[in-house]
Amino acid sequence: MTPAEIADRVRARLPDLVVARGEVTAIVDRDELLDSLTWLRDHPALQLGFLSSLTATDGPGSDPRFWVVYELRSVALRHRLRVKVGLSDEDPHVASVTSLHPTADWYEREVFDFFGIGFEGHPDLKRILLPDDWEGFPLRKDEELGGVDTRFHGAFHPPVDTRTMA
Amino acid sequence: MRDLDAVRSEADAELREASTGEIRQETMIINMGPQHPSTHGVLRLLLELDGETVVSCEPIIGYLHTGIEKNTEYRTWVQGIAFVTRADYLAPFFNELGYCLGVERLLGIEAPQRAQILRVLFCELNRISSHLVWLATGGLELGAVSVMLYGFREREVILDIFEAATGLRMNHAYIRMGGVIMDLPEEGPAKIRHLLEQMPGRIDEFETLLDDNPIWRERNVGVGLLNAENALALGVTGPMLRAAGLPVDLRKDEPYCGYETYDFDVPVRTEGDAYARYRVRLEEMRESLKIVEQALERWERTPGPVMVEDPKVAWPAKLSVGPDGIGNDPEYLRHIMEESMESLIHHFKMVTQGVRVPAGEVYQAVESPRGELGFYIVSDGGYRPHRVKIRDPSFVNLQATPSMVEGGLVADAIAAIASIDPVMGGVDR
Amino acid sequence: MPVERIEGVHLGRTPEEVEEEVERGVLLTKLDRAVGWARKQSMWPATFGLACCAIEMMSAGAGKYDLSRWGMELFRASPRQADLMIVAGRVSQKMAPVLRRIYDQMVEPKWVISMGVCASAGGMFTNYAIVQGVDTIVPVDVYVPGCPPKPEMLMFGILKLQEKVRTTGSVR
Repeated sequence: MTPAEIADRVRARLPDLVVARGEVTAIVDRDELLDSLTWLRDHPALQLGFLSSLTATDGPGSDPRFWVVYELRSVALRHRLRVKVGLSDEDPHVASVTSLHPTADWYEREVFDFFGIGFEGHPDLKRILLPDDWEGFPLRKDEELGGVDTRFHGAFHPPVDTRTMA
Repeated sequence: MRDLDAVRSEADAELREASTGEIRQETMIINMGPQHPSTHGVLRLLLELDGETVVSCEPIIGYLHTGIEKNTEYRTWVQGIAFVTRADYLAPFFNELGYCLGVERLLGIEAPQRAQILRVLFCELNRISSHLVWLATGGLELGAVSVMLYGFREREVILDIFEAATGLRMNHAYIRMGGVIMDLPEEGPAKIRHLLEQMPGRIDEFETLLDDNPIWRERNVGVGLLNAENALALGVTGPMLRAAGLPVDLRKDEPYCGYETYDFDVPVRTEGDAYARYRVRLEEMRESLKIVEQALERWERTPGPVMVEDPKVAWPAKLSVGPDGIGNDPEYLRHIMEESMESLIHHFKMVTQGVRVPAGEVYQAVESPRGELGFYIVSDGGYRPHRVKIRDPSFVNLQATPSMVEGGLVADAIAAIASIDPVMGGVDR
Repeated sequence: MPVERIEGVHLGRTPEEVEEEVERGVLLTKLDRAVGWARKQSMWPATFGLACCAIEMMSAGAGKYDLSRWGMELFRASPRQADLMIVAGRVSQKMAPVLRRIYDQMVEPKWVISMGVCASAGGMFTNYAIVQGVDTIVPVDVYVPGCPPKPEMLMFGILKLQEKVRTTGSVR
């Protein structure tokens, strides 16, 4: 289905839609996320049952600060839809969709790792790409890029002129 | 010296349950990796073993986390290509292609025909070279060392073509927004034709060596089973999904760069085991050769530029092959240094400040050798990206490891992971 | 274990030591040279390929750029059996303790080649995630720049290391 047709089908249920550049984006409330995703998966004309990607963006000045972005895809009908949930700074958490899409397991861990967004109902929410004892959430805009100190425990920096001697 | 019998009975008592006298059975927790010759890269597996049987398997990743996504937010859009190309380092053209197609959609431009053809040509050559590395390292992990040497021998031929065209063997930054940086050099078509003649025979050699090889079959048939339904639920795409029976390929489902006009098939198998994935990848190499032949023939009869004409987007330099490799064309240098101040200023601004991309978000997916490689790109209207998220297929495919490995033997775990073909650069980014 | 000086061991030489050495020197020079030659002829690298440079290292070991010309085709998986560690690729913060541990497990004499700019100085990734040069963790003998270095560049680095090994007096 073309983006316009998808938008028509979805508009009744999810009114907050943006259609641009050949893509349809639906903005959903945090509390309605699981219901919306279930409806999108089970609707016979949409069949958006494949979660392509789950990520988040951080915009410190804007409201909501965090957007959690779900890219849905229909393998049978060959079309896509994006679902976005806005989260504020004060309590950045949202329901986990692992019950619906088991593939979301590692994605949600990655979003937690990088942004500090909590996912309720996730089987094992812990850091995935950074060391377990890392402090901070690097992909937030207020964290700096870094690149000077070595942060693993037990690191000792010898003076530069002695570094090649055993 | 203690009495040997006393030592024996002490040890025996420790081994047996106090109440029943039966020998105690415990599972053993073993750590494979991250430095290990057979885990495909820096992957760590926490295996709980009962003898040789895997009771539970937990992949622990992150040993190659590079912070690429954060780094792109601090660099210009074109510099982002150099970062993004090193994510999945065995398929660099695909990274660049996905990123550039996404940014081109935000910019609202389209690359010229000749550039699209070159993009398809190089991506399919990259697919072949990536599958060759998979075959070589997969064979090495299963103990077939000569497969490693043969695989890398074929790959050298392809890397030779890459080096002639882009200047680098890996991590090229060749595909840019608006096209590609350079046309094929003079000796390019001859080299590609030579590859097209040689390669089918070499793939036949691989098949003769491995297809009916009893050891290869024993280690791969029935190992690492993943059926289509579980694959879809776990988000698995690429050869793993096609080996489970579903003909899902983004080149056919959501074509880009003119793929709908090329004549090729998508190999599919139904068994869903490691052997089926091996057959699918070998067939894909043949299909890619077909596409390369068609692309080369099309390139020869499609004239035109390889970069879009828009001065606000096009990379300003003109590159050519000189005595010391690929660098700026001396004519162009003379023009900007001696003749035109405006050109110099334009060149300077385009290189340092870069392209300004209108605000918006896109998700662009391409079919990389491992599956759906997606880029979610958000722009806030400036000279730097706001967010670039790389949806890497290996990251998702590796999630299927526990379901493929648990219940089997440890050696089968190696074969199963080799058949997933994960590239840890993409998994950890 | 951090890279530190051990208490009581000094690298300088007192005049008495120098005299003693001159006496011993004549006999041991030839032995030194023989040992150095033997050591350089068959160094066994430990597999420590991390990222893109690892693929170029594998290419260097494969058919076209054959490392076995210098006795190095045997990449040992166990660090206890290896004497050369080629750190090929970007070292992340999570991998750094593992790197140090592998280095500690190697037996003396051991050498380290830092392959690629990411291992030598952090490369293009000046960020929170990458160790800015493995010489902050292990002592490096040869740095091979490149992103990734062509196999010929790695071979040049290896030959330079072999020169160093051959000419370093190590029997004392």
